Amino acid sequence: MSQSNRIAGGQIDRSQTLRFTFDGLPYSGHPGDTLASALLANGVRLMGRSFKYHRPRGPLSAGSEEPNALVHLRSGARQEPNTRATGAELFDGLTATSQNAWPSLRFDALAINDRLNTFFTAGFYYKTFMWPKSFWEKVYEPIIRRAAGLGALTREEDPDDYDKGFLHCDLLVIGAGPAGLSAALTAGRAGARVILADEDFRMGGRLNCETFALGDATGADWAAASVAELRQMPNVRLMARTTIVGAFDHGIYSAVERVSDHVAIPAPGKPRQTLWRIYTKRAVLAGGATERPIAFENNDRPGVMLAGALRAYANRWGVAVGDRVAVFTNNEDGLRTATDLQAKGVDVVAVIDTRQGGDLLPGIRHLKGAEVIDASGKLGLTSITVRQANGKTETLRVAALGVSGGWNPNVNITSHHRSKPVWDEGIQSFIPGTGGPPGLTAAGAAAGAMSTHAALATGQAQAIAALGEIGIAAKADTLPSAEDVPVSIIPKWYVAGGKGRAWIDLQNDVTVKDVKLAHQENFTSVEHLKRYTTLGMATDQGKTSNVVGIAVMAGLTGQTIADTGTTIYRPPYTPVAMGALAGRSRGKEFKPVRLTPSHKWAAEQGAVFVEVGYWLRAQWLPRPGETTWRESVDREVLATRKSVGICDVTTLGKIDIQGTDAGAFLDRVYSNTFSTLPVGKCRYGLMLREDGMVFDDGTTARMGEHEYVMTTTTANAVTVFRHLEYCRQVLWPDMDVQLISTTEAWAQYSVAGPNARKLLEKLVDQDISDAAFPYMGAASITVRGLRARLFRISFSGELAFEIAVPTRYGDALIRALVEAGREFHAVVYGTEALGVMRVEKGHVAGNELNGQSSALNMGLGKMVSKKKDSIGMVLSQREGMTNPDGYRLVGVKPVDPAGKLTAGSHFLETGAAPTMENDGGWLTSKVYSPHLGCDIALGYLKAGDQKIGKRMRAVNLLAKPPTETEVDIVSPHFFDPEGGRLRG
Amino acid sequence: MAEPFHTLTALGHPTPELMEIGPYRINERFDVALASVAVRRGREADVSAAATAASIALPGPARWVAADPWSAFWVAPDMWFVEAPFATHEDIASHLKSAFGDAASVSEQTDAWIRLDLSGQALPALLERLSNVDLAQVPDGFATRTMIEHLGCYLIRKSATEVTIYGARSSAASLLHALETTAKSLL
Repeated sequence: MSQSNRIAGGQIDRSQTLRFTFDGLPYSGHPGDTLASALLANGVRLMGRSFKYHRPRGPLSAGSEEPNALVHLRSGARQEPNTRATGAELFDGLTATSQNAWPSLRFDALAINDRLNTFFTAGFYYKTFMWPKSFWEKVYEPIIRRAAGLGALTREEDPDDYDKGFLHCDLLVIGAGPAGLSAALTAGRAGARVILADEDFRMGGRLNCETFALGDATGADWAAASVAELRQMPNVRLMARTTIVGAFDHGIYSAVERVSDHVAIPAPGKPRQTLWRIYTKRAVLAGGATERPIAFENNDRPGVMLAGALRAYANRWGVAVGDRVAVFTNNEDGLRTATDLQAKGVDVVAVIDTRQGGDLLPGIRHLKGAEVIDASGKLGLTSITVRQANGKTETLRVAALGVSGGWNPNVNITSHHRSKPVWDEGIQSFIPGTGGPPGLTAAGAAAGAMSTHAALATGQAQAIAALGEIGIAAKADTLPSAEDVPVSIIPKWYVAGGKGRAWIDLQNDVTVKDVKLAHQENFTSVEHLKRYTTLGMATDQGKTSNVVGIAVMAGLTGQTIADTGTTIYRPPYTPVAMGALAGRSRGKEFKPVRLTPSHKWAAEQGAVFVEVGYWLRAQWLPRPGETTWRESVDREVLATRKSVGICDVTTLGKIDIQGTDAGAFLDRVYSNTFSTLPVGKCRYGLMLREDGMVFDDGTTARMGEHEYVMTTTTANAVTVFRHLEYCRQVLWPDMDVQLISTTEAWAQYSVAGPNARKLLEKLVDQDISDAAFPYMGAASITVRGLRARLFRISFSGELAFEIAVPTRYGDALIRALVEAGREFHAVVYGTEALGVMRVEKGHVAGNELNGQSSALNMGLGKMVSKKKDSIGMVLSQREGMTNPDGYRLVGVKPVDPAGKLTAGSHFLETGAAPTMENDGGWLTSKVYSPHLGCDIALGYLKAGDQKIGKRMRAVNLLAKPPTETEVDIVSPHFFDPEGGRLRG
Repeated sequence: MAEPFHTLTALGHPTPELMEIGPYRINERFDVALASVAVRRGREADVSAAATAASIALPGPARWVAADPWSAFWVAPDMWFVEAPFATHEDIASHLKSAFGDAASVSEQTDAWIRLDLSGQALPALLERLSNVDLAQVPDGFATRTMIEHLGCYLIRKSATEVTIYGARSSAASLLHALETTAKSLL
């Protein structure tokens, strides 16, 4: 199709032709076009179907406020729903399809909803789908979801990258129209660091859409020259295609830069969009204003659009939306559309002006005191019906109608901290109120300064004022002369009379009648009005409809519009792709990965890794011939218990604690005593929270008089460190304690089993006999000359050591240990075997340290020393915590060795029904013990210490039907309860 | 001294990584020893005197100073990270304990970190996508703690074209991947 509606002029590059398709049909346009301008140039006005009634719709606007012309942009995995055709920059090969229409845009089956509109008024869903209740999820919701809605997701993974970043400036200028350019020029010339951001791909704002001059130049040329000057300034950053979407605390703004949306596929390595966090000292909102419609019967016909948009298409894009046009206005600005279009040679049939009196436009049929009362043309406007001042009606054949009900300052961002905008009688709209984000001021139309001169002047003034506050002197240069026509407007919100529907919110299909119904049913507050009618919801957030809806409601209640007020504006200003919010944190890059010092060696062995927080740990290390994980784990456990096993325990948190008060500090953070620990010894420590529950456990070694090394669980390594820093800095700042994490500085391996000492003796340079290095010893040693640390501690219950070397030697040490262990048939074991052995030994771990359990629950009550004060000591003694019948850690064995246990099963007495009253507790951790040849488990059982030897049932209530196993309650220490092996 | 044992870098290789991506150069440093030095309570004067005697310049908040053999950057009130050549100061903690005695707490940190030296003409364009530090504005010798792709790092601006980043050793590969991906996106 040719560009039949293309006229002369505009800021498009006619030397190049861009090919694109819409709903499969080929069209052409030029660089500088949006999808909407190109389609309009090709004579396409119908671009979508409405949300509820599936009414045919075309673009209402020429910008980001667009409620109607939403399309699926691109295809396949790159398809994006709800893209505004009015903002989508045209590129060669662009494909777009219409949404919410089936089988086609021109014939949509669900347009039947439009015929049934009397049923679908506001509140219909609330009234209709309440009964029967059970129908909601299965019947009503799926139907409604299918019928209603905007674009569709492809359910394919987004193939593009998104990035994020951080910027800093003295002054952020939001919007690059006359006010923004004036502010940026003023600040840039003063040497301030300036960021000028504009959502459009061409800076200049309305200057690109108007014909009036600035000084000797056209508005567009002045804008281009200003941008060129700013581009030369190293202190100014120009960010086109960048929308400031929110104002946050401390002068921080978020911005979405559409880096690659104007090309078919992002260049290799380039993100599609970047989410910027901008740290500002001051900001000026120069976001302009959005025109609003006047509601009248059938005012949603494709071809009825905002007057400013109609002339923008003509002036900026060289497009006449129709050969015969009319303008419906209540203000002076609407007249510009008529004169501009006429100057372009378009047949302006009439200007329907609701205002009485005043001058008439020369050479144009200017009907004063008149109204448009209806529009015809189902798939595109064919005619309007006009009621003149004398009551006479007349039908005018037109293909486009420009409507202007006035302009609403884009106050949104000034309200992101909940500041309420205030009503301005002069322009009949809301302007920014006080109490907005600190450091943010508004200029130009966003502040209600509606003329071009006022925009330039306030932009300059606000920049000077803002910079003055931060000590930067900027001066007021002479401004170019510009139009300064005062706003002349007589409020007109909707045309009364008529039986048909007059549309306020085109995106949500909210009509004047719906607002009246809301009023009738007493949903008169703006917040209720919004929820009841859906006014102002969805992708456009009511940019063209909110003020009209509020005004209509005010008219019904008799309140002023000022008293009726607005709903809360929240970020984001325009829709933001989820991908932009996620940035690079997706897929495998969702979080960082931490690798242990033995990772390379373990990977060579074919180890199976498990995520433990950010860490990857070897879960088990299969050997050839092993077909199930159990085979590997059983082997690792049995070999360790029989001879010796090696395990990477680097992930346990290590904290260096030094200072003359280090021992006293530990006495306060641990429930047991550490100040009496001799140098060269370790002790198991239990750490409570303030509320008396167990926080963490681990061993701490005293390496010197004022030097300790604490170990924490892997899971709590960071939280314990943070807790200790809090204690040191906030609770006891007078203590002489210094902390630093050394978790990653040392590669640490556990060497456990009857032959552990023999293995290590081959490597270490010191005597580590039981006499020289007894149980719970700790020392700085050397391993073949390398500085190292050795601890004699055991998690497995075996004779065990933990040996640490600087991490760069960790790979060498694991290989040396394996080599030295070859004669002992040493194994390297993973976290599964570790888990089996600790359950066999009855040591608590994550499942027992669940934040709801006390030392008493764990059978460690005696570790809470009463001889000293420590965090959590007092509250561990509070009522309910010392109940003798409370939970106690027990061991669990199936009566039948073949019986299966499931973690999470609940304890029930024989014959007791599975009710809350009969619940005895639960199994916390379950493993298969190759040593015992059966499943074993740990659990918390009420009065468990009094029930050792008792027979109960372990019932898995999550299985369908529930399963149960008869169990014996035993000591949690299944293996070597006297500890003879670990002291061996 | 530790001849029998081989070493691996934080990235798991025998030799440090050196990457050239467009105008950027990422150089893994494996030849620097690192330790923390924290003043014990009330011992500021002793630490200051010992530092002077040992020619270890301990800078003020958010600063880094370089000297031979000791460089240092501030990490917290009364606490610094001190660097020295690994070849001569592998057991850096012993050296520093000798210098400061019981006036300071010293902890070996060499292998807790990966050090990456970044250089190139347009470093702010790279770093502004990684960290919220205003690299273009801070002076040479600025040192701070920052977050890079969820990873806590130290960032030191050595000159307009040279930056050092210390990141946690265990996540070295994730850190390098972030730098590499971002650098490539700017080509």
